[in-house]
Amino acid sequence: MVAEIGQFVLILALITAIFQGVFPLIGAARNSQPMMRFANNAAFVQFAAITAAFICLTVGYITSDFSILNVANNSHSLKPMLYKISGVWGNHEGSLLLWSWILALFGLAVAVFGRNLPDSLKARVLSVQGLVGVGFLMFILFTSNPFERIDPAPLDGSGLNPLLQDPGLAFHPPFLYLGYVGLSITFSFAIAALIEGKVDPAWARWVRPWTLAAWGFLTIGIALGSWWAYYELGWGGWWFWDPVENASFMPWLAATALLHSAIVVEKRDALKNWTILLAIVAFSLSLLGTFLVRSGVLNSVHAFATDPARGVFILMFLIVVIGGSLLLYGIRAPMMKGGGLFAPISREGALVLNNLLLSTATATILLGTLYPIFLDAITGAKVSVGPPYFEATFIPLAIPLIIAMAFGPFLAWKRGDLAGVVSRLKFALLLSLLLVGVIWWQQTDTPIMALVGLGLFGWLVIGSLLEWTERIKLFRGPLSASWRRMTQLPRSAHGMTVAHIGVALVILGITASETWQTEHLGVMRPGEIVSVGGYDFRFDGAETVAGPNYDAVRGTFLASTGIEKGVYLYPEQRRYSDPPMETTEAAIRPMLSADLYAVIGEEDGKGGYAVRIYHKPFISWIWIGAFVMFLGGALSLSDRRLRLGAARRARQQEAATESLSGAKG
Amino acid sequence: MRIRFLIPVVTFVGIAAMMWYALFNLNPTEIPTEFVSKPAPEFSLEPVPGYGPGLAQEDLATGKVILLNVFASWCVACMAEHPFFMELKAQDTVDIFGLNYKDTPDGAAKWLARHGNPYKRTGMDLKGRVGIDFGVYGVPETFVISPDGKILDKIIGPVSPDMFESRIRPLLNEAGS
Repeated sequence: MVAEIGQFVLILALITAIFQGVFPLIGAARNSQPMMRFANNAAFVQFAAITAAFICLTVGYITSDFSILNVANNSHSLKPMLYKISGVWGNHEGSLLLWSWILALFGLAVAVFGRNLPDSLKARVLSVQGLVGVGFLMFILFTSNPFERIDPAPLDGSGLNPLLQDPGLAFHPPFLYLGYVGLSITFSFAIAALIEGKVDPAWARWVRPWTLAAWGFLTIGIALGSWWAYYELGWGGWWFWDPVENASFMPWLAATALLHSAIVVEKRDALKNWTILLAIVAFSLSLLGTFLVRSGVLNSVHAFATDPARGVFILMFLIVVIGGSLLLYGIRAPMMKGGGLFAPISREGALVLNNLLLSTATATILLGTLYPIFLDAITGAKVSVGPPYFEATFIPLAIPLIIAMAFGPFLAWKRGDLAGVVSRLKFALLLSLLLVGVIWWQQTDTPIMALVGLGLFGWLVIGSLLEWTERIKLFRGPLSASWRRMTQLPRSAHGMTVAHIGVALVILGITASETWQTEHLGVMRPGEIVSVGGYDFRFDGAETVAGPNYDAVRGTFLASTGIEKGVYLYPEQRRYSDPPMETTEAAIRPMLSADLYAVIGEEDGKGGYAVRIYHKPFISWIWIGAFVMFLGGALSLSDRRLRLGAARRARQQEAATESLSGAKG
Repeated sequence: MRIRFLIPVVTFVGIAAMMWYALFNLNPTEIPTEFVSKPAPEFSLEPVPGYGPGLAQEDLATGKVILLNVFASWCVACMAEHPFFMELKAQDTVDIFGLNYKDTPDGAAKWLARHGNPYKRTGMDLKGRVGIDFGVYGVPETFVISPDGKILDKIIGPVSPDMFESRIRPLLNEAGS
């Protein structure tokens, strides 16, 4: 019964989405209030319908209703409850349903919180949102129906891929989708602006919080995904430049660029066309990311089952949405009027540089991801573009970006004073050079890239802190005055400092763990001791243990420095029964200074086990840094100016900020 | 209308055209070219106890096209192709060698005893080392080996009669004529 209800409400949602896509658009063109208002009601009904469908599928999973094909294919009665629920979106059909649900949720958010938006803009935004929903719901209903029945029903399900039975991965897709779909709102705003033919600072004030939120969710989603790869795949790697990873990284880079260019639109009324293009591109990359892996065009370890009918639909959908919106851009964008002028050396100039570097990075990753298809199509050769390409192209773009990150915030709007900024940053330059010097003195054979990475870390942290202390005039007067300034500074300014420091921490984690990692790969017998990274690892043997739906060989290691008591590590090699598959559960002891990482493998038949032990200095800082970036975004988002519905008050606040930054420049 | 504003849409049209072509004309699961026409990697393995002579690199050059099937007793999908392999053996269509992958000698022997042995030779790759050299992604996989011991093609997943006719039969005929 639940499947039929789910099917019915999904069809209802599709019909509603079609109405939501068509009527408000007509209403906005004819200036008909009732037709524009209809968008709000439609957004509500669509949300309610998809929520109901999602609940139906979840009930199917919780009750292990194997007469539903999707449940039979992806669940199993023995599976723990958490993974029964995460199984709802751990497959192709269910993940699309989650996507549509978030899309409807965000549409509803615009309908509810957008009271102070101009009627026509709001109607057009919701209408574009509805049209995107039509595409997704049609895709679900015609090619990927989660409610399809199977007769006769199997006695038990075939299980969820054991690699995906993991708390990190259970929450990775929802965050990623919140990010992807959040960009749909900025996309809808961009299309609405193109139709209206105008972009003003109020528009940017609406786009920026959505971009920030989407960016924050994407940051968390990507971090969770790489964390999962780190502890689940058992090789200690955390980023593989796999097409699926790139698919989430490209929208993130584009969103980062959009985040910064929207500031220029808001503050200076410039870069409007560029910002609109970025909003379209960011969402297009999200769509590409969602679909590329499902279309059968690219093959990847993460790929969902592929089906040619889906591929055709996906491509048609991408052509209509991306091609259509870029065509609209090509026709309407030249009519937009540009805003304020600025000198190359200025805050705007720095943000343009940021945008150029970020979009070039996005383009090179897109090229690397699609290149195998192009080459195969033209010459028939099969290649895989691996980490060497991405590292060789991405890092040279990232270095100037990070150097500029410390500079930019010091520059004044319109026209900056480069010499003045250099003199203010000389302290950061000196300290980071000192840091590099000390490391080189300690270890003269340190790879050059490690010195560069740590130098950039020092430069960015100290540069960001200098800018922050300068803003609050720390040590330039009484502390109480600085405190007052700090509390009066807009939260988005604090957010920027925090997010930039987060980036620096990620650089620290990457550089240190890549440079100073030590490892031991080989066979160990019980009682044997190896020394890795200053720790003695004693192997205490392995035993077989039974889990809820798997058997595992669990090894015991004692890691100690000789000073402390030591810690036990219990890596496992699991063999799942449904579906039959082996997974590696690495045992990780995360610490601020380093991670201890142990993996147990096959028995060699003579009582020894193949083991891998790693000592990875500072690697936790990659994820700590990502979380700090997210916090910075959240702090910015809580800024009064960006709070939904605070447009009028924001203008007064902005005047206050302007005088503050004016005093500095 | 200024032309530069059309650059994004033109770029996208190019990408879309390429993806369209790729969708209908390319198969991402095909074997990477670096393996095709290369000699099989060097290896030498003990047989599954009681199931024919062992398996080594030089045994693959038999003067005719043969199949090298990667199987395991724990592999459920192997059960799907097993009856078809028994049929191929009964009709003497092609010789099949079995590469037993990450299994136990006992488990493999029991599995062959229970379901029947379609293989002329078997080799036990207990730790999966040989599998790595062959580029095995998962079980089952089937390699088509040329008369002089080179890899002609690889099929990922169970071999179905349809797949045999479309991908293996032409290679057999080519070598026979």
